[in-house]
Amino acid sequence: MPVATAPARAESRPLVPLAILGLALLALAPTFLVEGYRLFQLTLAVIYAVAILGLNIVTGYNGQISLGHGAFYAVGAYATAIMMASFGMPYWATLPIAALICAGLGYAIGFPALRLGGLYLALTTFALAVAVPQILKYHAFEEWTGGVQGVFIAKPDAPFGLPLNADQWLYLFTTVIAVAIFLLSWNLLRSRIGRAMMAIRDQPIAAEAMGMDIARLKTRTFAVSAMITGIAGALSAIAVEFVSPDSFSVMLSITLFVGMVVGGIASILGAVFGGLFVVFVPNLAEEISKAAPGVIYGVILILFLFILPTGFAGFLRRLAGPLLRRWRDGATTNQDGR
Amino acid sequence: MAHDAAAGGPVAAAVAALLEVSDIVVRFGGVTAVAGVSFAVDQHQICGLIGPNGAGKTTLFNCISGIYRPTEGEIRFEGETITGAPRHRMMGFGIGRTFQNLALFRSLSVRDNVLAGAHCLGHAGFMASALRLPRARREAAEAEARLHHLLGLLDLEAVAEVPVASLPFGTQKRVELARALISGPKLLLLDEPAGGLNHGEVDGLAALLQDIRRQFSLSILLVEHHMNLVMRVSDKVVALDFGKKIADGTPDEVRSEPEVIRAYLGEAPHDRAA
Repeated sequence: MPVATAPARAESRPLVPLAILGLALLALAPTFLVEGYRLFQLTLAVIYAVAILGLNIVTGYNGQISLGHGAFYAVGAYATAIMMASFGMPYWATLPIAALICAGLGYAIGFPALRLGGLYLALTTFALAVAVPQILKYHAFEEWTGGVQGVFIAKPDAPFGLPLNADQWLYLFTTVIAVAIFLLSWNLLRSRIGRAMMAIRDQPIAAEAMGMDIARLKTRTFAVSAMITGIAGALSAIAVEFVSPDSFSVMLSITLFVGMVVGGIASILGAVFGGLFVVFVPNLAEEISKAAPGVIYGVILILFLFILPTGFAGFLRRLAGPLLRRWRDGATTNQDGR
Repeated sequence: MAHDAAAGGPVAAAVAALLEVSDIVVRFGGVTAVAGVSFAVDQHQICGLIGPNGAGKTTLFNCISGIYRPTEGEIRFEGETITGAPRHRMMGFGIGRTFQNLALFRSLSVRDNVLAGAHCLGHAGFMASALRLPRARREAAEAEARLHHLLGLLDLEAVAEVPVASLPFGTQKRVELARALISGPKLLLLDEPAGGLNHGEVDGLAALLQDIRRQFSLSILLVEHHMNLVMRVSDKVVALDFGKKIADGTPDEVRSEPEVIRAYLGEAPHDRAA
């Protein structure tokens, strides 16, 4: 009786958005509980989480390996900084424009990406990450980019006379946008489009036989991914109050990649953990050894991947899986018993 | 039911053929894999495509499903030419397929695999899906309803949330069948559905194919090595050998065709290859 089980599943669904709402409240709490530099670090972690989510959509969900997402982050950051510094735009109004610019760039790069599979695509995007800081230094653009000096922008104050200091407002603003992006991504990845992304990653020939237009889906996925990472970059410019070519070195792209793997490939929640990891673990490493933080970071990373090979999200899933199953079975039996 | 007559045999020939394959030639370099084959599949018909290894069955099958483009000839579906149409359009025409060596989305659950088959029914794009606009929700709910019907029919309810890669082979084959059926195709292309199944499972498959044909009122084109299954379920059998059609008729007619017996038992020395 397939009809009898259908409502049970449908009814178990609203709990998921409810859980997300709970997490959203949890994310907003630090505005009032954490202060100063720690709050700034948390803001950065939220921003990295968004950037990693963007990377995860194209690499984790769609299987197009990008080692150059730092480039989109940089473009987003510069777009916002230039619009604020040279055109006097308010910080919030620059975000949609920066998003569109990065989406367009991602879409354009999505086309050559169609012809390059796997490691070749990884190397090509890596080349992009190598090239971008130098392009930003190029003297013809100096009037806007400030060349090697970069661009300084002012930190926004809380609007409407809200009783928040600049750090608190920045955290709140960033987190609200991040939560919105995570919710929209959650919807997208659980829709027919998200399913098609994963189907193309797993088995492109069958995906095509199921009526999926691979070229169209892959280029658009690249665009969405670049857009999300670009928004993160734009938020970072506002948070750091400064952009310069050297803040967007190749290392940034690698950092995003590390965050994605550590958090969990093809996991939305994993991106949050990835963001926290790439901000706080290097700090922790520095506290342990001032002389060789890189070594400590490396050791922590290796230990982490050794203990949690499927990332933090995989670990959570393994923990929660049996519990969730028991709960779901319970829900189904209750439904049938009615 | 309404088409009980069709189930009895090639009676439905009065209606225009659903699939018409005319003079298909496929050459790979200097090798001619298919050398001018024509046949038709009628509405509600189960058509078996048989032949020894290398006879050109799979090549022909791949032409119909759009994987290969024939060198010459034409394929018509519901009277319209589909030769050379992009692969991702086939499902939209109403042609669903399964794969010989299984091509499931390995990391996805049974549920998501089957729902992926409904992709061509939906229209919601990135924006509508991210915002969960009413249209996206409506489409998702419709796909969900079809999903539940198919999971019930193919006995997959208990494993709906299980990643498909961890299931036994026979179950994976049923998932593939569900994935091909969810969009409601008019023609189902099955590439060796009995391959790798045990005796009991083949019996079950024969009954299942008849049942599917009745419930979904579709036609089936079956490429199969398992002679017993083909002869049992097909209304019509087309036999190929060395890229040419050697027989076309009811299972009984084809079984007694001397050319077919020769191709399978190798009575005469094969000097025709030259």
